Amino acid sequence: MTDKKIRSLDDLRKLKERTGDLTSARSEDDKVKIIIGMGTCGIAAGAREIMNAVLKELETRKLHNVAVETTGCIGMCQNEPLLDVIRPGEPRITYCLVTPADVTRIVSEHVVNGRIVQDKLFGRAD
Amino acid sequence: MLEDLSHHILDIAENGVNAGADEISIEIDDSGDRLLFSVSDNGRGMTEETVKAVVNPFYTTRTERRVGLGLPFLKQLSELCGGDFSVSSEPGRGTHVTASFLKTSIDLPPLGDVPSTLMTLFIGNPGISWKYTHSRNGKDFSVDSKELSEALGGENAFLEPALALGVKEYIETNIDELYE
Repeated sequence: MTDKKIRSLDDLRKLKERTGDLTSARSEDDKVKIIIGMGTCGIAAGAREIMNAVLKELETRKLHNVAVETTGCIGMCQNEPLLDVIRPGEPRITYCLVTPADVTRIVSEHVVNGRIVQDKLFGRAD
Repeated sequence: MLEDLSHHILDIAENGVNAGADEISIEIDDSGDRLLFSVSDNGRGMTEETVKAVVNPFYTTRTERRVGLGLPFLKQLSELCGGDFSVSSEPGRGTHVTASFLKTSIDLPPLGDVPSTLMTLFIGNPGISWKYTHSRNGKDFSVDSKELSEALGGENAFLEPALALGVKEYIETNIDELYE
C-alpha cells in the first residue's frame, strides 16, 4: 500500500486503472454470493464490521467472482450477525454469530474451497 | 444497542431502502454546539397515524418479529442528549427523519465510522442514488454514489472489493479534512 491517501475522484479513477476491469469477467450466475443481515439487530451485533472484514478478505485473496449483498432482519435477531453463502448450484448456507475472525475461515473454507464451516452453521446446538 | 452515531445512520438509512426509495440523502452538520443528522428518502412514505406509531418500540410492519427498535433508539438518544427528534412523511412522497444532539452532552456517543456506513449502504444497494453531505463550521464534503460509480466505470463498480475499499478511503480522507 502507498501512504498517499485517496482524496479525489481522480485518485479513484487511477485506482480503477490499477485494478483493471475484473468485475465483468464473469456473469452473475457464476458468482458466489455472500449476504449479510443489515437490520437494526444485525447492525447492533456488528454486521457492518463483518462487511468490512468480508471486503478486506476478498481484496487480500483477490477474489473477483463474489457478489456481496445485504438483507434486512429475518427474525433471528439473537443469532446476528448472520452471513449467508450461496455457491453457484449449491444450497444457501446460513452462518450465525459471525465474528470478523470467522469471516477469514468462511471465505477460505467455504467460498474458495466449497467446504462448509460446520461449527458456525446456524442451528447447531454447540 | 447501537454503538455510535454512524450505526444509527446505517440503520435509519436502511428504512429508506425498505420503503422502496431510489434516492436517499443523508446529512450531518457538525457545527457549533449541536450535531444535526437527517435522512430523507423518496420511498412510499407513511400516513399520519403510522408516523405517530413508529416511535413506539412495539410497532413494526414486519412479520418476522414483534418489535421495531431503530427509530425509538434514535429518538431516545437524541432526547437523552438534549436534542430534538422528528419524523415527517407523506404517502407516496417519502420520509424525512431528523435528530439533533447537544455536543456537550455526556451521553452523546462518538460519530463513529461514517465511511464504513456509507460503503455498506452503497454496496448493499447499488440501485439507489445515495447522497451524503457532511458540514462542519462552514466547510463541507458531499459524495454522490452515482457520480462515484460513473467515475469508476459503471453500475457494478462497488462489487470490486479493491474499489469499494478505495471509496471508503476517499470518504474517510475527505471527512478527516473537515476536522483538521
